[in-house]
Amino acid sequence: MEGNTIEVDIKIPNKTRYLSLIGRIGEDIAREIERYSGDKETLAYHLNLVLTEAMVNAIKHAGPKEPEKLVRIVISIHLDDLTIRVYDDGQGFDINDIPSPNFDELEDRGRGIFLIRSLMDSVCYRKNCKENILEMKKKLV
Amino acid sequence: MNLQDETRNDVVILYVKEERLDAHNSADLKIAVQKLFEDGKKNVLVDLKDVRFIDSSGLGALVSGFKNAISHQGNLKLSSLQSQVKSMFELTRLHRVFEIFPSTAEAIENFQ
Repeated sequence: MEGNTIEVDIKIPNKTRYLSLIGRIGEDIAREIERYSGDKETLAYHLNLVLTEAMVNAIKHAGPKEPEKLVRIVISIHLDDLTIRVYDDGQGFDINDIPSPNFDELEDRGRGIFLIRSLMDSVCYRKNCKENILEMKKKLV
Repeated sequence: MNLQDETRNDVVILYVKEERLDAHNSADLKIAVQKLFEDGKKNVLVDLKDVRFIDSSGLGALVSGFKNAISHQGNLKLSSLQSQVKSMFELTRLHRVFEIFPSTAEAIENFQ
């Protein structure tokens, strides 16, 4: 990527069959970041995972079921700053209420937000007037 | 989901023939493993050689299979994890839960 800034703004149907599409887009972006000096294949996996988990989260929290519902995902990179925002129009939740998984108990669920938190530098979930935004940031150094 | 199975030395090997094990397809694996234990199989090996990507739902399906094994006095083990997939087990500490083998052959030997 020659420029200092890239922004990808995508809307995709809120169906799990599109997870691989958004994941692939994340991987392709990771491989194109020229400034990044770390292992690009690891970054590619991490972006794939973070986007997959965030999109599943948006699907779970989506508003009233409508077949044509879309999830909006914005991936932006400016210099060394990566920001991913995922928008949903559901009830929302308090991200601070979600505990880390209890590693001594074998639960089937509850690792998604933990994985996002582990791989990104900061994660917040906030509401504006019409939707919720899961915002994840990472310094690409 | 594309799953292939083979029985060797009383061990059912389930080959996950997918590049991704995620929220889209992991329920199929969960159901397939559940059915094996309900049908009386005791030893199940899930081979992940073709899986390049796993998410929390994929991990959850395997945890569910592991618990199913325990409740049926059986065993569920894993083989042939790609390095990025293995790192997800480490990040979630699940590498302490599962017995993970480099190859199906080594896993089968361990069941005996």
